[in-house]
Amino acid sequence: MLQILTPSGDLVAEAPLDLDMTTRLYRALVFARAYDRKSTALQKQGRLATYAPFEGQEAAQVGSAAALNPDDWLVGTYRDAAAMWMQGYPLDLLFAGRTGDERGGSPPEPINVMPPSITVGGHMVHAVGLAWAERLQGSDRVAITYFGDGATSEGDFHEAMNFAGVFDVGCVFFCQNNGWAISMPRESQTASETIAQKAIAYGMPGIQVDGNDLFAVFSATRDAVLRARLGEGPTLIEAMTYRLGPHTTADDPSRYRTEDESAEWRRKDPLERVRIYLSERDRWSEEWQAEIEAQASAEVEEAVAAAEALDPPGVAGVFDAMFADLPPILAEQRRMAEEAE
Amino acid sequence: MSVVTLAQALNRSLEHALAEMDDVVVMGEDVGRTGGVFRITDGLADKFGPDRVIDTPVAESGIAGVGFGMAVGGLRPVLEMQFMGFSYPAFDQIINHVARIRHRSRHRFTAPLVIRIPYGGGIGAAEHHSESAEAIYCHTPGLKVVVPSRPGDAAGLLRSAIEDPDPVVFLEPIRLYRSVKEDVPDTSFTTPIGAASVEREGSDLTIIAWGAMMKEAREAAAALVEQGVDTEVLDVRSLVPLDVESLVASVQKTGRAIVVHEAPRTVGFGAEIVAQIQQRCLYHLQAPVERVTGWDTIFPLKRSEHVYLPSVERILAAANTVLSA
Repeated sequence: MLQILTPSGDLVAEAPLDLDMTTRLYRALVFARAYDRKSTALQKQGRLATYAPFEGQEAAQVGSAAALNPDDWLVGTYRDAAAMWMQGYPLDLLFAGRTGDERGGSPPEPINVMPPSITVGGHMVHAVGLAWAERLQGSDRVAITYFGDGATSEGDFHEAMNFAGVFDVGCVFFCQNNGWAISMPRESQTASETIAQKAIAYGMPGIQVDGNDLFAVFSATRDAVLRARLGEGPTLIEAMTYRLGPHTTADDPSRYRTEDESAEWRRKDPLERVRIYLSERDRWSEEWQAEIEAQASAEVEEAVAAAEALDPPGVAGVFDAMFADLPPILAEQRRMAEEAE
Repeated sequence: MSVVTLAQALNRSLEHALAEMDDVVVMGEDVGRTGGVFRITDGLADKFGPDRVIDTPVAESGIAGVGFGMAVGGLRPVLEMQFMGFSYPAFDQIINHVARIRHRSRHRFTAPLVIRIPYGGGIGAAEHHSESAEAIYCHTPGLKVVVPSRPGDAAGLLRSAIEDPDPVVFLEPIRLYRSVKEDVPDTSFTTPIGAASVEREGSDLTIIAWGAMMKEAREAAAALVEQGVDTEVLDVRSLVPLDVESLVASVQKTGRAIVVHEAPRTVGFGAEIVAQIQQRCLYHLQAPVERVTGWDTIFPLKRSEHVYLPSVERILAAANTVLSA
């Protein structure tokens, strides 16, 4: 397993990022945690629909997305908001989606981030198609797809990896192995020793990294993205991380796992080790921490307010994006829906 | 113009699209080296190369899902499912992703792709090779579903499907691939999606059908005309969007209708057509609308296909019922 920054903040290999960039990404980690905790709080107030928290996985998402070009494709899931935000997905739209408004699925151009996949596993093949389409059109844009350990049991994981391998598609498969697929532990999901080793069967490199180590995640993803961009094919990255919270706000992890296990992972917190690293290099202070947390909180509040201020989509929202042009039967149903309003 | 079969018309339409539209790619199992199990893509790989005509692994969900990604990424993939029974593994991709992306992204991302599916029985094929599951696709919001029954429509509708900004399920009647021929223009052309075709005008009775069943519909109409029944024949061609206006105009004129389809009867697409007719033509109807369909059974193997498939005789019996009401 690749590790560069240990949980106690010690470097065990050369840092892949300079101090300025590390500071920027630390802010992103702090921001991601603020977003995540605020979302859970808002859900409990009934202001957001069910929410899937990612606390504990911030470095996996921020570190990998930081290795992309701004116009690369990102195809993720309902638990990948931090990666989507890193790649330019507007914060208010992330919240809009969670308030139950389809406009949240429509990032402005030229942001190439797909709205999050809600079904598990079906979206990985999309990243293969996107990267392939870019190559066929003479572009060197690549695609990264995020998924969990549970998704590797889906048939479409196999089909995606297989297509990518056969056609040498510039796609990065980024697995956040967070230990649990709702109530199923990773050991019950696959008999493979690691998820990374599955890459061998598809003729592509696979690497396991400490998913709570910003540097290891960035380094491995940067290499995979470069390989993809140069036309050398796909890579599977298994980021070892942990979902500190529940599967969703509707879930109760105490039914299937122990407090001890979560506490152990809490000690491997992805933010804390970067904080120590920066602190030891005079790049961190308590005042600055308070300042960036306050900024994150303000930005999140503003985005929530913007999402909640959107007019209800109404009948137009239900009908008008079904097709480029509304066919006659749908136009008739639209009139009926309007009359019933 | 030249006289071609439905299979040849499809092949030429694909060739024109590949030659005239840089963003078109053809993808599926065995579509390249062998030109497809029905030879619909014959010769295209040689002309356009492996980046435009792509032989894939045996993976229908992957074909649909990768094709979906390609479409979102700026291409116009024409995907082939080898047989309708083999399209079922791709349902998740088609229903959960292909059909929904425009809606869930408010037009930001779209999937202008075509899923070609040979369908229907009558050729004594193996199990799973004779399905008529059009109703499942029609019942999926976000898809268009078209079914040609003659070479000209096959070429023109396929080109329209390729140019369409939304995903189109394009059903090809296996039984008619080589059994119907007609004069078709040698250059590319489109046939509008969403318009039915009145093949024969009449005043006494309307026979409504699509795809493979148009053969029986035409033969039954010819027999009826010989008996002095002025029969109108309507080829639906486009199931979604449905040309309700043409259906209604025809049945209001004749006052009698029979709907013929090969798929099982219960919740078949004929039920939707009958519902539209009863709602809009009730006071013009001289008799209840009859359905001549496959049974609610598994499609039988070779020796029993005749038991299942709607025949000219069954259509004529239904006509007798409708005319004597």
